[in-house]
Amino acid sequence: MTLTLQLFLIVSTALFCIGLLAALSRRHAIFILIGIEMMLAAANLNFIAFWRFSLDPHQPTGVMIAIFSIAIAAAEAAVGLALVISVYRHYRTTNVDELDQLKG
Amino acid sequence: MNRWIFDSLWLISAVPLAISLVILSLGKSRRKSAAALAIIGQVVALVFAIFAFLPTLQMPSFRAVQNFTWFTFGDQALRIGWVLDPLAAVMLVMIALVGLCIFIFSVGYMAEDKNFIRFFAYLSFFSGAMLGVVIANSLLLLFVFWELVGLASYLLIGFWIERPSAAAAAKKAFITTRIGDMGFFLGMLWLYHSSGTLLFYDEGHGCLESAGLAMLGASATFVALLIFCGAVGKSGQFPLHVWLPDAMEGPTPVSALIHAATMVAAGVFLVARVYPLFSFGAIDGVTPSLTVVVWIGVTTALMAALIAIAQADIKRILAYSTVSQLGLMMVSLGVGGVAAGIMHLLAHGFFKALLFLGAGSVIHGCHGEHDIRNMGGLRRLMPVTFLTYAVGMMALSGVPLFFSGGWTKEEILHATAHWPKSHVPYYLVLGGVVLTALYMTRQIIYVFLGNRRAGSSHAHESPRVMTMPLIALALCAIFFSAVLTPAWPWLHAYLRGERVHFEIAQLIQPMFFVSLGLVGAGVGLGVWLYRKAGLQDRDRAPEMDPLEYAQPALFRFLENRMWLDEFYDRTVIAFATICARVSDWMDRHVWDGLVRGLGGFGELFGIFTSNVDERGINAGVDETTAGTRGLGRLMSAAHSGQIQTYLGVVAIGLLVLLLFYAWLA
Repeated sequence: MTLTLQLFLIVSTALFCIGLLAALSRRHAIFILIGIEMMLAAANLNFIAFWRFSLDPHQPTGVMIAIFSIAIAAAEAAVGLALVISVYRHYRTTNVDELDQLKG
Repeated sequence: MNRWIFDSLWLISAVPLAISLVILSLGKSRRKSAAALAIIGQVVALVFAIFAFLPTLQMPSFRAVQNFTWFTFGDQALRIGWVLDPLAAVMLVMIALVGLCIFIFSVGYMAEDKNFIRFFAYLSFFSGAMLGVVIANSLLLLFVFWELVGLASYLLIGFWIERPSAAAAAKKAFITTRIGDMGFFLGMLWLYHSSGTLLFYDEGHGCLESAGLAMLGASATFVALLIFCGAVGKSGQFPLHVWLPDAMEGPTPVSALIHAATMVAAGVFLVARVYPLFSFGAIDGVTPSLTVVVWIGVTTALMAALIAIAQADIKRILAYSTVSQLGLMMVSLGVGGVAAGIMHLLAHGFFKALLFLGAGSVIHGCHGEHDIRNMGGLRRLMPVTFLTYAVGMMALSGVPLFFSGGWTKEEILHATAHWPKSHVPYYLVLGGVVLTALYMTRQIIYVFLGNRRAGSSHAHESPRVMTMPLIALALCAIFFSAVLTPAWPWLHAYLRGERVHFEIAQLIQPMFFVSLGLVGAGVGLGVWLYRKAGLQDRDRAPEMDPLEYAQPALFRFLENRMWLDEFYDRTVIAFATICARVSDWMDRHVWDGLVRGLGGFGELFGIFTSNVDERGINAGVDETTAGTRGLGRLMSAAHSGQIQTYLGVVAIGLLVLLLFYAWLA
């Protein structure tokens, strides 16, 4: 099978959807974070794919973006974990279904 | 000096008026200051009056006029001013002098009254207003002071406010004179309309000068008669005389000042002042308006003299006597004897004030007794009062030679005898002379001569502050005759603006003996009729008056003042009461009903608006808020508080957006 751009995009889209599904349907807070990470990974994959099949692959533009993105994803994961720990300390639960204080 | 007094003539009237205000502002306990201020004000007025009088002696037919513009409306100006001529000058001196004597008398008479200060304030106010009447050069200004004088009279007649009879008398006086003043006002309007000016003398343009009179033409008669209505009211002529006897409810100094010497003289003064209106177009000295004046005057003179014979109250006799004498003055003015009438006015001012003050002294001495049938024998108990009263009585009766009243009455008889229109007034006036002597003699016998009766048992002479003015006025009454005798008719010539000559032969005139005889007849008749009545014992019930014994029906008729008051009560006053009742009914039911109806409209509107507010607007607002709340509740139901729900919504929204963009492309 020839490696075309569409193949990479399909893979990243699938990865994104799986991540979205995980973020929306899992009850455990950590799993939502995992889902968010997966969506980020899909976005990174998109960037790399468009860079690989762009006009000038020798310039490391796509790689730069991907590296920045991974670093920021790491920081954001740390923050997210801190939030989850903080929420757990207060509410003694990681089940997001039970966190409905903002219920109208 | 002369010019100063002509320019400042208004001070003569203004000073007492101002003093009256000052006295009113004094406290309760400053009686001496009040009396002193009033007397000082009167002295100042007298001094100024004399200052004003002296220049008028310099030349015959003197007249000094000072006019100024009061206010302008559009292109017309209302001008007023004051005038100084012989008529005004002698009136000023008489009013100020008599007023001064009465003020001094009042210090003694009102000494125990607790409203002493108010009395002197009112007296001063009256004095200022009366002085203003005589110097006014404009009919309007005269009317203003005329009404002020009427107000002062009302305040003073009803001075003892706790007495209902005094209040009723004051009201009667004011309303009766007001009826006359309506005619006066109408005449004034007509005059202004016809001649365009109300000034008397205005360098040829005044309404009493030839140019102004020419503009009036035939309407001068009607204007004169309308103005005469005011004089009829103020001077107590028939038919508006009914207030004068009732005015005796006021304190005696008030009766002396207002209802004898000055205010009632204002009517006679008015006729004399606007005499050119009356005599315009006179044929032989007779005009229709003057004829009316004569007949009303003679009716009044005779009627009042008849009533006076049957009265028992000492002041009422004098009141009717005043009415009678005023009638006599009107007769004199009507037949053309203007100077004679004014001379009698001046003399009357002096001796009638004297008589009233004497009566006041008697009342004071007899501790409030008014009925002459209860007095008697006061000759020995109150000698000064008796002597001065006798002087006054002789002056009033017209005893000639030494008493001023005699000479002036002479002049009046002389003028009346030569009236071309009719001789009836002359004979009636002669009858009046006899009656005057008769009732005065009756009064003197009852009060001073004979035995002492109930009221005079503890009588005492009045204090000096009261007898001094009596003596002063008596001397005036006597010495005034010096300028009145036909031998040296100074006053007559002065008033007419002529030169005067002294001729002793003129002293004896045929009329002189006629009037002497009449006066003697009257006095003799009085003595013959009443001598026995005067000698009546104190222990017996009062005997019938000899006239009552002789003619009971006639006497009762006269004693009840010819039933005129009762007649007015049944007719005029009943009519006025009916009008008042109708007006009251209209006010209560018709106008009030209208107002309440309009109010009902307002109420209806209010109900309507309130309902709209309650049911319409409030309900609408409530519904809206309920709806908003419902919507809010709906919206808030969507907020589950769960993150994943929100995330899901975001995802779906993103999907929709993507599909939308894809479809667009």
